[in-house]
Amino acid sequence: MRSSTDSFFLRKKGIFWFAALSLVLTLGGCRTRTEAQDQETPAPSAARSAALSGARIAVPAAGQDDGQWLMPAKNYASTRYSELSQINAQNVRNLKAAWTFSTGNTRGHEAAPLVVGSTMYVVAPFPNYLYALDLTNPGSTKWVYKPPVNPAAQGVACCDHVNRGAAYANGKIFYNTLDAQTVAVDAETGQEVWRTPVGDINRGESITMAPLVVKDKVLVGNSGGEFGVRGWLTALNAQTGEIAWRAYSTGPDDEVLIGPGFKPFYAMDRGKDLGVKSWPPGAWKTGGGTVWGWISYDPELNLIYYGTGNPGPWNPDQRPGDNKWTCGIFARDADTGQARWFYQIGPHDLYDYDGINELVLLDLNVGGQMRKVLVRPERNGYVYVMDRATGEVLSATPFVHVTVSTGVDLKTGHMNEVLAKKTGVGKVVREICPAAPGAKDWQPSAFSPRTGLLYLPHNNLCMDFEGVEANYIAGTPFVGANVQMYPGPGGHRGEFTAWDLMAGKPRWKVIERFPAWSGALVTAGDVVFYGTMDGWFKALDARTGQELWKFKTGSGIIGQPITYRGPDGKQYVAILSGVGGWSGAIVAGDLDPRDGTAALGFVNAMRDLPQYTTKGGMLYVFALP
Amino acid sequence: MSSRSLEILLLAVLVLTAAGCAAKGHADAPARPSRTLRVCADPNNLPFTNQKLEGFENKLADLVARDLHATVRYTWWPQRRGFIRNTLKAGTCDVVLAIPSSFELALATRPYYRSTYVFVYRKDRGIHVRSFDDPALKKLRIGVQMIGDDGNNSPPAHALASRGIIDNVAGYTVYGDYSQPNPPARIVEAVAKGEVDVAVVWGPLAGYFAPRQRVPLEIVPVSPQIDMPFLPFVFDISMGVRRGDAKLQAELDQVLERRRPEIDALLDRYGVPRV
Repeated sequence: MRSSTDSFFLRKKGIFWFAALSLVLTLGGCRTRTEAQDQETPAPSAARSAALSGARIAVPAAGQDDGQWLMPAKNYASTRYSELSQINAQNVRNLKAAWTFSTGNTRGHEAAPLVVGSTMYVVAPFPNYLYALDLTNPGSTKWVYKPPVNPAAQGVACCDHVNRGAAYANGKIFYNTLDAQTVAVDAETGQEVWRTPVGDINRGESITMAPLVVKDKVLVGNSGGEFGVRGWLTALNAQTGEIAWRAYSTGPDDEVLIGPGFKPFYAMDRGKDLGVKSWPPGAWKTGGGTVWGWISYDPELNLIYYGTGNPGPWNPDQRPGDNKWTCGIFARDADTGQARWFYQIGPHDLYDYDGINELVLLDLNVGGQMRKVLVRPERNGYVYVMDRATGEVLSATPFVHVTVSTGVDLKTGHMNEVLAKKTGVGKVVREICPAAPGAKDWQPSAFSPRTGLLYLPHNNLCMDFEGVEANYIAGTPFVGANVQMYPGPGGHRGEFTAWDLMAGKPRWKVIERFPAWSGALVTAGDVVFYGTMDGWFKALDARTGQELWKFKTGSGIIGQPITYRGPDGKQYVAILSGVGGWSGAIVAGDLDPRDGTAALGFVNAMRDLPQYTTKGGMLYVFALP
Repeated sequence: MSSRSLEILLLAVLVLTAAGCAAKGHADAPARPSRTLRVCADPNNLPFTNQKLEGFENKLADLVARDLHATVRYTWWPQRRGFIRNTLKAGTCDVVLAIPSSFELALATRPYYRSTYVFVYRKDRGIHVRSFDDPALKKLRIGVQMIGDDGNNSPPAHALASRGIIDNVAGYTVYGDYSQPNPPARIVEAVAKGEVDVAVVWGPLAGYFAPRQRVPLEIVPVSPQIDMPFLPFVFDISMGVRRGDAKLQAELDQVLERRRPEIDALLDRYGVPRV
């Protein structure tokens, strides 16, 4: 077994050849933005700023930003962009903690708080209490909803017991519990309106994702690929909690909700019952493709977009074929769930690259033409820009050091893979970059129409897949892959990158000691916020990346920052602190730092985290004095 | 309530639920034992352990406790990813009853048995498979256990895939449906029902459940014992204690040595195949 020191040394010899990997295709054309135009206040409208950046949010909120935060991604376009500008690049250095709130929960806090009127809503990790906090009397609790959950869930569910947040619509708060129930709670009273079991924790199905509410439907997807479950996205009636439809990620077309309206852009995604035929017989039944990430919605096209997780079981030799419809992006009719198109980012995935990341919907100037695109910073290390009406890949540009592929063939849609990096039983494969959590895991990016930049919190990790290690599940011994993760080029584990969508390259980046595992938030005040795993909540100048302010919270941050206008008319910024999740399991799960392969090899890369942070969930809310 | 106190509450409920059975399990223990052997185990996984204390590891715990003049106190937790973290490392117990001897998350005692993966098939089907290299495996329907999608799988799944035996292989998740008794046992039942012709499973599971089916089943150790480049089908099994707890490890080693004949007899009673 190789020590982390060796790995670290090797990594240092690596060259930062990120730019060299850039694809030839450029988005460019008329990049007219100038750096000098950011002095004005108040914020220009999104439409006007499009002229500056060549990009605009596809689905801007109607009229002015109302100062609320109703869904984790802020809007259906998933930009996490707020038009509030009271806090701006000039005054953010004066930001002070206004109030705090303890969840009393020591698991990883990945959720975004919501703000509806004068109430804030916070979902905590398992057992998934929902807190309603009175913003007119900061920190005081209006009510707590405690869902009846199966206490065995935490022994049965995989990984840390995170929850990525709730969504608000029509007087109700909707969210999911770890033991696979979807609940609707009256936002005013805290009374349960309905509660629907959507999966079976006894079969390994759990839910960690935040739902998205589109018209009269609540959209929910499952987790549990580690247990060989079959992935799905389900729509529930928002009024009654009844299941309206379910679209599986594997299996026959009628169960995947593929019909005559299904028009994938690439030939590789066309054909009847590929969810069955691209697998060995019957293997699709335990094929994975779980839906534990983000969903976006385009009201004009009436399409929802989401990604599917990696295929199971592990050992790709056991599932020859493309393993449809795992590791790809679905566009579906928002009402019926019928698939419109699909693009498989990673046919026959080898590296646990779950394709569940966020999809940012923008109107972008591509080659002089405004195109309706979706932007997907993907686990495999590429930023994909796709036509969201058709599923065509317009560009795919690496944003980290990538060793396992050399780029996407835009004619066929195929990823060009490096065969030498193929993993297998008993085979040693070194320097797999990015590592299994990807260049970027679930941690959502933010986009500002004022700068045209996509703000990416991400990882800089590689891994070795080597040898075998004895393991034991349910009385059955076996040997598993010995995965060791370590820092990528530069020796640091995280980066916060401002990605210039028009140029297809980074405008600036901030180096982080640990993986940047929190979400990002950007505002019309040209400030971008994110948190670090060692507990710093930071504000950067959205244009230059200069650090303007930071605050040390009680625990590492893996949550999603939000901003809102309080009942007093002031702008606030809020973040949940509380380390955990896959990367933070070494702290939240008290894993042994001597065992580098714990948490699927992530502990090897995180041995020093306990020296920087301890666990404990706390909400922090900041404002100008 | 914090998740910590919830955990404690949960454990308390489980311990109380188990209490009645536990008392029965110690009928022959000394009247006033001076110590407690704190054991973590899966409440629903025969033939290894269950909450009714019917598994051979439950009996082993009794045997060891008797030798140490102790009583057994159980903390129940499903034995899957996170088991050691939530049990031994969380300090809710000092002993787990079985781990592979080369397991890195805990300190292993001396092995108390060595078993092997086995082929299981109906005696009435004219099947005589003894090796992964038997050409018959290309045609038969074969059941294997699946672990998940994150770098782990059962050795037979790998051995068959590396021989190109894929299309006639059916996966049975090792986790099963936890609301049912002994979830991993479904694969043995599948052989009896004729869902598959052959299953390749860990010996103790087959040894216990095969004789309990309605039709006679054959159990044959797989060959080779180690597939190339390094894929073992044979594992030494030890008890496990917290890393660093060498004192308890040494104590248990002595008991396992002293009680060797009784342990062997126990394993025989449960039909544990040994190599």
